[in-house]
Amino acid sequence: MTENVTIRVQESDFDIAREISALTAGRSDIGAVVSFTGICRGSEDDASIAALTLEHYPGMAEAEIGRHAETAMSRWELSGIRVIHRIGRITPGENIVLVVTASKHRQAAFEAAEFLMDYLKSNAPFWKRVEAADGASWIEARDHDDAAAARWTKS
Amino acid sequence: MKLKYFAWVRERIGKPEETIEPPPGVKTVEELITWLVARGETYAHAFETPRVIRAAIDHAHVKQDAAIAGAREIAFFPPMTGG
Repeated sequence: MTENVTIRVQESDFDIAREISALTAGRSDIGAVVSFTGICRGSEDDASIAALTLEHYPGMAEAEIGRHAETAMSRWELSGIRVIHRIGRITPGENIVLVVTASKHRQAAFEAAEFLMDYLKSNAPFWKRVEAADGASWIEARDHDDAAAARWTKS
Repeated sequence: MKLKYFAWVRERIGKPEETIEPPPGVKTVEELITWLVARGETYAHAFETPRVIRAAIDHAHVKQDAAIAGAREIAFFPPMTGG
């Protein structure tokens, strides 16, 4: 793993400010940090939900995110990446995922964060199960998530 | 080799993992699915729409025409919904 790339899969919440500080601490070559936080909504397709339960494939989840982080590091001029994905039961309003990218200039940080999220959504082995008033069900994958990931292979 | 199942594939088969020894004629992921389906109703239910099933060999995504020779761990799961 390239220096300054951190990937974690964990049940506990994360502190966004602390993660950004960890990426930039002791460095004066970073001019831009972009962070994306995915948050659990209180409804899915207009139906209210009580909670999400996130299942993952231990080992592969970290490896798959790591492969995309390496791709991002080689494709853009980045100073570092942190990706944290939570698993287990998550209620509306709670954090699910964090992507932080740091670079000299903003464009690389913006693009790399978006690239990582697009790939994470359609290629990282995580699955969301929804708890609702009428029972539990697995969220279905969306075609537009695949399309969002695919656009990075065209240019 | 070890097989692992996730999300509704795991629920339909009724177990998270198992160790199997497919016959030598089973050479690809697709042929492995066909072999599993013949083992019983739970597998037939899990793989009833094979085109939506995703597969990974040793923690890397593969297409269903991938060879399974030498695989230590093969996983089957639905399209991913993380992030």
